[in-house]
Amino acid sequence: MEQIGQRKIDGLWLTVVGIAVLFFLILPTLIVIPMSFSGASFLEFPPTSFSFRWYTTYFTSPEWMSATQTSLIAAVITTAIATPLGSLCAYGLHCCTPRIRSAAQILVIMPIVIPVILIGVGVFSLYAKLGLNYTLTGIVIAHTALALPFVIVTVMSGLQNYDFDQELAARSLGASRAYALWTVTVPQVKFSIQTGAFLAFITSLDEVVISMLISGGDKATITRRMFNSLRDQLDPTIAAISTCLIVVSIAMLIGVQLIGRSKNIDK
Amino acid sequence: MSAAEAYESAETLQNVSTLKSEERRERRTFLGLSIPAVLVIFVVVFLPVLWLSSLSFYNAAGELSMENYARIFESALYKRTFVVTFQISVAVTVICVLLGYPLCYWLTKVSDKTAAILMVFVLVPFWTSVLVRTYAWLVLLQRNGIINSSMMSMGIIDEPLQLAHNLTGSIIGMVHIMLPFLVLPLYATMRTVDTDLVRAAIGLGSSPRGAFWRVFFPMSLPGLFAGIVLVFILSLGFFVTPALLGGGRVQMLAQRIESTITVYSNWGAASALGVVLLLMALVVIWLMNRFFGLDKLFIR
Repeated sequence: MEQIGQRKIDGLWLTVVGIAVLFFLILPTLIVIPMSFSGASFLEFPPTSFSFRWYTTYFTSPEWMSATQTSLIAAVITTAIATPLGSLCAYGLHCCTPRIRSAAQILVIMPIVIPVILIGVGVFSLYAKLGLNYTLTGIVIAHTALALPFVIVTVMSGLQNYDFDQELAARSLGASRAYALWTVTVPQVKFSIQTGAFLAFITSLDEVVISMLISGGDKATITRRMFNSLRDQLDPTIAAISTCLIVVSIAMLIGVQLIGRSKNIDK
Repeated sequence: MSAAEAYESAETLQNVSTLKSEERRERRTFLGLSIPAVLVIFVVVFLPVLWLSSLSFYNAAGELSMENYARIFESALYKRTFVVTFQISVAVTVICVLLGYPLCYWLTKVSDKTAAILMVFVLVPFWTSVLVRTYAWLVLLQRNGIINSSMMSMGIIDEPLQLAHNLTGSIIGMVHIMLPFLVLPLYATMRTVDTDLVRAAIGLGSSPRGAFWRVFFPMSLPGLFAGIVLVFILSLGFFVTPALLGGGRVQMLAQRIESTITVYSNWGAASALGVVLLLMALVVIWLMNRFFGLDKLFIR
């Protein structure tokens, strides 16, 4: 009897801690949403009046709008480049010998594990020589390198669950390798490629440290502007911008979850 | 063996060797598909970081020297930066384990469907910008923020605590950012643990606690270790949250590198700090590869 009582206490304790940790994770993430609708001219929580004034400030400010445009364009182009390059890389690595594969895998995940401040400072000085600082091209190239590992890792794990004999069957029936890749393999790992694309987009959109160093002037990203603004003061406009970024993140997350679900239904 | 059979087996052998060389050629061609991506990573990540590292071996006069490294080990300021960086990274990692392990363990106890819904609470922060979350903490932890005001109205404290713009704020914010990096690999590993083994241990007379520590816990270690390494490595080089929540009072390595370049334009000193940071990160990665296997990151 005593042991069962002890187990119940253990279970209760675990539930309380689990719920507390989940609240710790989610509440601070979402708290900026109600704050962004505050009518007060300073930050307050809970808000005492309701207004769209911070959204008006955001959407009518030429600086914020130009930064938003730069970030969105950079994220779209980064996704458009990183997704095909990363997918091809994953396919190539999947087909080669295990020894080369494991060496290459370590190489391609380095951008995730090398401290990003070092990449940022290094890229900044490289760009200084090439005249790429404060340009959209520069932002896109740097963000592509950061986004590639996510696409490669996602597509490779998709390829691991894919029965490669299907492609061999297509080829034995006369399809060229490229044709078999495009019509048999790609549709099967489509979901991983889409997930990789979402990850590439969000990586570029949310990137702060490299953008802070290499973007600026009329080609400043939204994260650079937000970071500089937060260093000085707590501008409530940031709450409105943050809410927009959270909406984009959640849309991406829902996209990935829907992909996962349709994938499971297919199986 | 008849002549015809011998001929046939010779032909088979020849076919096999043709096939093998074809396969090799094809593997080379398809490895070529990886080249564009690897090239981008090499040019944008490796070359600049290598070049940056090479700068650390030159002094202000442009001569080869170890001056920059000597200064790191002599200067009290730099020493302090290393100590603070290390202390914060360890503290953040330990707190993440203390919060993340019970959470993951609890998630394995509830039904799969409930766990999937609860994982949204981990995934939404994970996908939300670090900047947005740091901003939220700045607001929550400020002098007249909700945490101070609610503690004051409950009578726990008489005057507002200094929570933001110091070490406390940096650690709270960093734990919030890093926790999903611990939870995701740990939970993935815990889900693969066969709970029948725990039940078997209890059936054979072990206490539930004994079964947990001697059966379940060891099997969850690979995921825990992967999470710890990830959190520790990301904390060592973390910039955004300590820069904003530390309010200039907390200087971690990444901030020191940034200010050494943007404020003092001292590339030699900054790159020497960078090399040390890189070496610390590489040692941790090497350890991870040794005991856990980096390629396991690719299997989900």
